[in-house]
Amino acid sequence: MSRDNNKTSTEQRRPDRAALAIAAALAAIAAVIFLDVSRLREMAGYSQVGPATVPNWIAFALIGLAIWTVVEAFRGDFPEREKQQFGPVVWIVAGLAAQMLLLTTAGFSIATGILFALTAAGFGKRKLWITIPVGIVLCLVIWLIFAGLLQLSLPAGPLEHLFL
Amino acid sequence: MATFEFLLQGLLAAAQPLNLLYALIGVTLGTAVGVLPGIGPALTVALLLPVTYRLDPTGSLIMFAGIYYGGMYGGSTTSILLNTPGESSSIVTALEGNKMARAGRGGPALATAAIGSFVAGLIATLLLAFIAPYIVKLALVFGPREYFALMVLAFVTVSSAFGDSTLRGLTSLFIGLAFSVVGIDQLTGQNRLSFGIPDLLDGIEVTTMAVAMFAIGETLFIAAQGDKGPDKIEAVRGSIWMSAQDWARSWKAWLRGTLIGFPIGAMPAGGAEIGTFLSYATEKRLTKYPEEFGNGAIEGVAGPEAANNASAAGTLVPLLTLGLPTTATAAIMLAGFQQYGLQPGPLLFATNPQLVWGLIASLLIANLMLLVLNLPLVGLWVKLLTIPKPWLYAGILMFATLGTIGANPSVFELGMLLTFGLLGYVMRVFGYPIAPVVVGLILGPLAEQQLRRSLAISQGDVTTLVQSPIAAVLLVLAALALIVPLILRARGRGEVLSQMAASED
Repeated sequence: MSRDNNKTSTEQRRPDRAALAIAAALAAIAAVIFLDVSRLREMAGYSQVGPATVPNWIAFALIGLAIWTVVEAFRGDFPEREKQQFGPVVWIVAGLAAQMLLLTTAGFSIATGILFALTAAGFGKRKLWITIPVGIVLCLVIWLIFAGLLQLSLPAGPLEHLFL
Repeated sequence: MATFEFLLQGLLAAAQPLNLLYALIGVTLGTAVGVLPGIGPALTVALLLPVTYRLDPTGSLIMFAGIYYGGMYGGSTTSILLNTPGESSSIVTALEGNKMARAGRGGPALATAAIGSFVAGLIATLLLAFIAPYIVKLALVFGPREYFALMVLAFVTVSSAFGDSTLRGLTSLFIGLAFSVVGIDQLTGQNRLSFGIPDLLDGIEVTTMAVAMFAIGETLFIAAQGDKGPDKIEAVRGSIWMSAQDWARSWKAWLRGTLIGFPIGAMPAGGAEIGTFLSYATEKRLTKYPEEFGNGAIEGVAGPEAANNASAAGTLVPLLTLGLPTTATAAIMLAGFQQYGLQPGPLLFATNPQLVWGLIASLLIANLMLLVLNLPLVGLWVKLLTIPKPWLYAGILMFATLGTIGANPSVFELGMLLTFGLLGYVMRVFGYPIAPVVVGLILGPLAEQQLRRSLAISQGDVTTLVQSPIAAVLLVLAALALIVPLILRARGRGEVLSQMAASED
């Protein structure tokens, strides 16, 4: 890694912005920990060890790691990233969000069927008028197996109530 | 020969018809899920955990044993028939195995992997049974500071000793540790980092985190790479049986692989798949057919595959005797135990010997079942490999969320699943390892308890941590495991370490 630090590339190199963002995120987590456990600090017993001790150590370590990350960001030690396509990611995240929002009202099969279809869409199968019904039927079968036979508590909606 | 009696009792318990059925379901599901490309043993175990929720602890752990070993077998089938480097621990198997499959010798490659896994699993599980009681005895003299030192050692080796960056390994670990303090403090009952959200009082579920990081993170990552054309799957042509020469070349490799793999897995410092690499290097040096290496040498499949399974059984030694998970898979298994209120460790051997020995015995049974099932069913597994990506990953996400919903049907839990999934994706993009997060999350609270107990005993004197000889030695080892790789990487010798990384998905 550090072998190819020849002069020309050091001149061209700018700090790695994504790595700086990561360092900021680590510092932010540390700040949240410090803030949250500061109210616990008086609780430490006479041994000076209480519920705040370990979180504080972790937060200090995170700050140290954030500084180290900044150093690597300036030295360009972070690995090259492959180009990411964000379209598919949006499809799948939308599927997970839809499932989350629909779960309690529409029931397991409809919510998860939509997740199924949107994930497939993320991988290129965009015919939602086919994939959504297929997904819902598939999830209904799975619901019958897991909720019926294995007695997992999966939320039931209008579709599931037809079988109850 | 108390061990022998216990093992016999365990075998009797595990051989009851209902338990045999659980084991059979476990190995079949485990293999089927493990075969799917992109799914390694850790994810297999995390995905299938909910299936066992409604069983009694014994039945559930027996099914679990089957799932664990089944997932391992499934992974090797994938790497032989589908060259997916970087997929999981069986990456070395792909080196020679995929070449053999391309040369039309996929059958013998699968056979030597399956039989080698059986031989290694059998020997390693027996070694586990015979070694465990001694380690339990040793562990009983461990106090809080020794445990703490042991956990520090595990933290270091899991996160930063291998892989390509100390910084990123440690960052992953501390992200896991930061998440691990969320919830009610075990010793004082104080709320920490729960921000008044009742769902967070119990802390963050390890299974939710693991499924999100491995299943959702991986799915997003694969999707974001775009379509790179279909993977080439090698059909199994010709005889699947091994010839006399194949046998002659395989059996020594199996035994050597087992002997290399087991100690590496069994050390509390294990956690990386070094065994497979060492075994591959050994076979390459000892072979009479050096020209075949790189073009499909059967020893190159037999040895690493045996080493892989032996070290998988080896990781159960620290898990069962010390309660110390050294891989992501072991961390999820520990979560499985905790769901029944069981804490693996020396006490479990004393309070619940039937359960522990039933589990060890069912590993033996699962191993045998896999040998019988695996080869005849190869055709079926090959069909699973041909599932197109959209349906495969849609199905993976369906089951991933099913598990979370089954454990806790709440919108908040699904929100965490999505958040951690995105975190897992970002970490993959930037080359952060995933396993340290999971290990940090589950081991964090345990390490904290031990640390605070030892500091409470010493009234806050931190030097107490190095005043016990055992603890001091363990901490020195941990420091070495942190510093030596740093120096190696600084000197440009990092490639060896990054090759040894456990890319356990």
